[in-house]
Amino acid sequence: MSASSIRLSIQGVSHSYAGLQVLDSINLTADPGRVLVLVGPSGCGKSTLLAIIAGLLRPNAGAVLQEGTVADDCLNPLTPVFQDFALLPWRSVAGNVALPLEDRLPRAECNARVAEVLALTGLSDFAGAWPKQLSGGMRQRVGIARALAVRPACLLMDEPLSALDAQTRLLLLDEFATLIERAGTTTVYVTHNLNEAVRLGHRVAVLSRRPGRVRAVVEIDRPLASRDPAEPELRRIEAGLWDMIRSDAAAAERERVLA
Amino acid sequence: MRKLSGAVPFRASGFAPRLVPLAAVATLLGLVGLWQAGASAGLIPTLLLPPPVSIVRALAALIGSGELWRHLGASLQRLAVGWVLGTVCGVLVGVAVGLFTLARSPGMAVVSALYPIPKIALVPLFIIWFGIGEGSKIATLALGVFFPTVLNTASGVDGVPRGLIRMGQAFGLSRGAILRKIVLPGALPAILGGFRVTTGIAIILLVAAEMIGAERGIGAFVLQAGNLYDTDNLLAGIVVLSLLGLTVAGVLGRLERWLLGWR
Repeated sequence: MSASSIRLSIQGVSHSYAGLQVLDSINLTADPGRVLVLVGPSGCGKSTLLAIIAGLLRPNAGAVLQEGTVADDCLNPLTPVFQDFALLPWRSVAGNVALPLEDRLPRAECNARVAEVLALTGLSDFAGAWPKQLSGGMRQRVGIARALAVRPACLLMDEPLSALDAQTRLLLLDEFATLIERAGTTTVYVTHNLNEAVRLGHRVAVLSRRPGRVRAVVEIDRPLASRDPAEPELRRIEAGLWDMIRSDAAAAERERVLA
Repeated sequence: MRKLSGAVPFRASGFAPRLVPLAAVATLLGLVGLWQAGASAGLIPTLLLPPPVSIVRALAALIGSGELWRHLGASLQRLAVGWVLGTVCGVLVGVAVGLFTLARSPGMAVVSALYPIPKIALVPLFIIWFGIGEGSKIATLALGVFFPTVLNTASGVDGVPRGLIRMGQAFGLSRGAILRKIVLPGALPAILGGFRVTTGIAIILLVAAEMIGAERGIGAFVLQAGNLYDTDNLLAGIVVLSLLGLTVAGVLGRLERWLLGWR
C-alpha cells in the first residue's frame, strides 16, 4: 500500500516535567518497514517518548531524526494511533476517517480512500455509525483506518489495545500484524504488554524505571504474519523481557501506591 | 440472624425524571381554569387581574386590528438584530479568549469587569450615544447578549478535549481546519446552551428598552396599557411575550436536536 520508507533515529533524547526527569539520553532506531516496540514499567516515559517522536512534545535535549523517502500519496508521514482512540463524537465513522483527507484531496479521491481503508479494517458496514454506537474494538479499528487513510510512512501507536478487553485485544493484535506487514510501514509501538511486544516487535526496547533509559534492545527477526506467541522461542523472549522489567515494575507500583 | 427468602426486591427505582408533555399542558390549563373560576366567582378582583377570557378577547381584538403585528414586528426586528449582533461578536471574542494567550487575560478582565453591570442602567447612556431611535435599543440588547455569549463560548472551547486538538495537529491539520472541524463543533453544545440564556436576556432587555423610549414594540404597548389602567391589554401583551419566549425555546430545542444529534 505504501511506497514510503523512512528510518527514525532517536538521538540522545532527554525530558523532564517540572524538574522530574522522565527520559534520560535515549538512543534508538526504528528501521524502515520494521516495528520498534517500547516496553517498560508504568511511568518510565514510553508515551512521553512517543509524543516527542510525533512532534507533539519538545524534548529538553536530543532530537528525533527522520530519513528516507515518502510517497507522493502520503499525506502525513508520522501518523499516530491513540490509546483513547481520539475520535470526534460528532462525526460518523466515515467522517472521522475522512478528517485528515478532506482539505487535501479532491472529494472523489477522498471518498475512494475512505471506502478502501474501511474495507481493509472491516468497517464498511459501519460507515454511517456514530463512534458512541461502536464497541471499544471497533472504535480502535476506526483509529487505525484513519491512520492508514493518510498512507503514513510511520505509524506511532500509543498502547492502542490497552483500553480493550482481552478477547478484542487478541483479535486486533492479529489484524495489526497483518495490516502493518502488508503496508510495510515503519512502526513505533508503545505497550506495557509483553505478549503484544513479542507478537509485533522486530525490535523491542526495554526502558528502565524513571528516569527512562534504554536497558536492553531485543531483536526478533521473524515475519509478523507467521508468529504465534505460544511458540517456545517467543515465550522465552517474553520471559526474558519480564525478567528485565519485573523489579522495576514492582518498584513503580510501590511508588504509585505511596504517592 | 435474619432469614432471607423470596424474590430479590428491585431497588433501583426513582432518580430518573421523565418529561410528560401531557402533564405540562394539563398543569397550565388547570391553572388558567382555576384563575378563570376564581374571577367568575368574584374571588379575584378583575380590575387588578382580568380573567383569561378577557385577555383572550383583548388579544383577538389586537390581532383583528393589526395592532399586535405592528408592535410585534418592531420588537422582533430589534430582537433579531440585537441578538445576532451580540451573538456573532460574543462567539468571535469567546473563541479568541478560549484559544489565544494574547486574548485570554485581557478578554477575561474586560468581560469580568463589565458583565455584572445591569445593562438596562446603560440605556440612558446609549440614548445619548446612539439617539432615542433603534440604535440605543439594539446596542442594549447586543451588549446584554454579548457577555454571556463570550463566557459560554470560552467555556465551551476550554471544554474541548485537548487530546482531540493534539490529534488534529498530529494529523497535520491546519489551524483553520482544527478550529472549524474540532474546536467549534466541540464547543457547540456550550454555545447552544448559552443561546437559551441569551434569548431570555434579550427579551427582558428588549421590553425594558422599549419601555424607556419607544412608540412601537411590545414593551411600549405594555407600558401604555399600564398607564391607562387597561389591564386586559397589559396582560395580553405579557401573554404575547410569554408565547414569544416559548416559540424561541422551541426553535432552539429543534436546533439543538438537529445540530447535536450525535449526542
